[in-house]
Amino acid sequence: MASSMFLAQRRWFRSLPRNLSNARFFSALPSQHPVSVSGPQNNVAPKSNKFEKASSAPSSLKEPELAKFSAIADSWWDSEGPFKPLHKMNPTRLAFLRSTLCRHFRKDPLSARPFEGLRFIDVGCGGGILSEPLARMGATVSGIDAIEKNIKIARLHANLDPTTSTIEYCCTTAEKLVEEQRKFDAVIALEVIEHVADAAEFCKSLSALTAHEGATVVSTINRSMRSYATAIVAAEYLLQWLPKGTHQWSSFLTPEELTMILKRAGVDVKEMAGFVYNPLTGRWSLSDDISVNFIAYGTKEK
Amino acid sequence: MNRIICYNNRIFATKAGSNVYRLRIPWRPFSNDAAPLLSSQKAGNPEKGSEAKQYDIAIVGGGMVGLALACSLASRPLTRHLNVAIIDSNPALGRKLFIKKEDLPDPRVSTITPATISFFKDIGAWQFVEQHRHAYFDKMQVWDYTGLSYAKYNARDADKEVLGCVVENKVLLSSLLSRVQETDLPKKIYPSRLNSMSILPNSSSSEVDSTLSMTALFTHGRLAKLELEDGNSLYAKLVVGADGGKSRVRELAGFRTTGWNYSQNAIICTVEHDVENHCAWQRFLPSGPLALLPIGDKFSNIVWTMSPKESSEFKSITEDNFMKAVNHALDYGYGPHPTPSILGSSDLFSWLKGGISKSANDCFEIPPKVVKLTSERMAFPLSLRHANDYVSKRIALIGDAAHTVHPLAGQGVNLGFGDASTLSSVISEGIAVGTDIGEVSLLKKYEADRKPANVMMMAVLDGFQKAYSVDFGPLNILRAAAFHGAHHISPLKKSIISYASGEMRLPLFA
Repeated sequence: MASSMFLAQRRWFRSLPRNLSNARFFSALPSQHPVSVSGPQNNVAPKSNKFEKASSAPSSLKEPELAKFSAIADSWWDSEGPFKPLHKMNPTRLAFLRSTLCRHFRKDPLSARPFEGLRFIDVGCGGGILSEPLARMGATVSGIDAIEKNIKIARLHANLDPTTSTIEYCCTTAEKLVEEQRKFDAVIALEVIEHVADAAEFCKSLSALTAHEGATVVSTINRSMRSYATAIVAAEYLLQWLPKGTHQWSSFLTPEELTMILKRAGVDVKEMAGFVYNPLTGRWSLSDDISVNFIAYGTKEK
Repeated sequence: MNRIICYNNRIFATKAGSNVYRLRIPWRPFSNDAAPLLSSQKAGNPEKGSEAKQYDIAIVGGGMVGLALACSLASRPLTRHLNVAIIDSNPALGRKLFIKKEDLPDPRVSTITPATISFFKDIGAWQFVEQHRHAYFDKMQVWDYTGLSYAKYNARDADKEVLGCVVENKVLLSSLLSRVQETDLPKKIYPSRLNSMSILPNSSSSEVDSTLSMTALFTHGRLAKLELEDGNSLYAKLVVGADGGKSRVRELAGFRTTGWNYSQNAIICTVEHDVENHCAWQRFLPSGPLALLPIGDKFSNIVWTMSPKESSEFKSITEDNFMKAVNHALDYGYGPHPTPSILGSSDLFSWLKGGISKSANDCFEIPPKVVKLTSERMAFPLSLRHANDYVSKRIALIGDAAHTVHPLAGQGVNLGFGDASTLSSVISEGIAVGTDIGEVSLLKKYEADRKPANVMMMAVLDGFQKAYSVDFGPLNILRAAAFHGAHHISPLKKSIISYASGEMRLPLFA
């Protein structure tokens, strides 16, 4: 049964203190880390970049990244297209969200729509492949993306189902919503942070959007040797799941780095889990192996 | 929350729309019925025929497997609110079936495995079966006409209470129907047949249609449309073909099948003995197996496989002659009684230390004599058929629609119940993570789970059928050796019983 499946997954989640005890991220950070955390020199470049473009909202996004995704936006809902890996991974990401957020908000995991009455935001929603299932699970979902084309596609697709037509899609950035003082019960940014220029600023925005006692969930790819081999060499070059150049290994964050920048932004990471791909079954599953893809759930500190 | 409103006009519009919808159906977790309600309100824009309704799942075929799926959906917390349509022209589905205790047993029976019994208990249908005639058996004797070998299976070899239970199909059907009627599952029975089915490819490129009428959802590939012979039509997110070996859903979906006819017929009937029978008997005869299954009290069910020519002969002979033929076939007919000494008893396997099964010393027994024929004799042609695909977008096949097997081990309907159980669990998993239940990527999980299991069982049964349809000296010895192994080697016996009980998947590789 599905319910027991979710309960069983609990044991996979790596409890954080154990995880932090063997981390060595303080030494690793300043020298190697390409994404600025707090270094003043690093912050200059992206900032000047986004202010140059007067029309666009202040953002921690990288312009070339936007162009890259804009080019393949039409194929968001083609489960065999460029976003196939995301489609395949989607049920696993949602299983993690369902189980952690049901616990966080004390909702009944046996309900078909446990998130009824909660406001969720899907930051970097793309074509809406995460927003739609969240809406089917009862949440009042807002999806934002910096690419106008993605939002159009997400809007069109969501309108085809009465349960998902209630999703509020908007072409904007997390920073812009912070300015508008919007708040959400859960702020979810999956596979997005590796595409932003300033991960620390981005995390601050996520934190600012999270309501009091709300939850923040971030997933990304680890900066490990295995992630280089699997996410870039295998996924982009050998299997050609993803267009070449989708990911830049140097802009990946390790779980320790992510935990720390979230902590500085006021989000206390409570649980972390890994996603592992089984090439024999072609399925993803949750695991305690966070060496490639991982997801972190945190709560807003008071 | 309504800070959203001043944000963007379009968003305001959708938000307001959603609130209207929420007020109308505040508690319904699934919105399907929202669409008909909303669209019927729009004057001047009624659905064609104005009768079309929208469902989450349309089950085509309200037989044992289709109703088991409905019961299973009703028993899971995440699927119990799904709107289900059951399409079947069988008038019995409209009302309660009354089965009188004193009725003679119907010759159409199923041998259900312990795995199926526990599935029935899970879905709450077993209590209804228990109110009617059913016969557990804990022993089984299999032998062949050459007299070289026999095998006796006892439930205690596999540390089980029973090997299976023989139940009349009408009891299984009425139990499932009673159960599904008792549950809160929102369901409607359409007493008709499927005429046509259409599913359009996904499209989201056309203009935004704010009405979300069923026709719009259908043209965008979000719903399947079913048209029935009585003129009704309905829409569903998922169509389940549970409509048997000649499945109309399979045909309309264009799924190809692989299979062959055995040029064998099975004669079935009910017989009476002087004593109660608690053992399942099966003897392999030159033309096919003859099975004698206990069905409760002093009754047994006969499934006798033979050539079509013989079957028409055995159907037309007098009752007395038919009973004589059965008694002869279960005793000295076609060959001698097997004796353990022919292949040198159990010390043949003495090198298997401690591996000798508990029932290895059970002697060969002669089945109880048939004294009366209590039903008509019915003949059915046998075939093997397997659908190359079980699923496609918004379609899934279960039961005989996906696979028809040789009835020789009574596995057919058990495979169907396994399908129903797995499909409902896959749908539940999909709902847990907010998936559209008609999405092919979700349905593929069901196919990936069931296809290997079903193909394996079909191959095993087909192999058995082939092995026994040849009368050739060396092969007979080989068969006898296999029987001996199956009779004496405890781990092998245990895994044969487990496999036949529906608990293990791949007996040879486990």
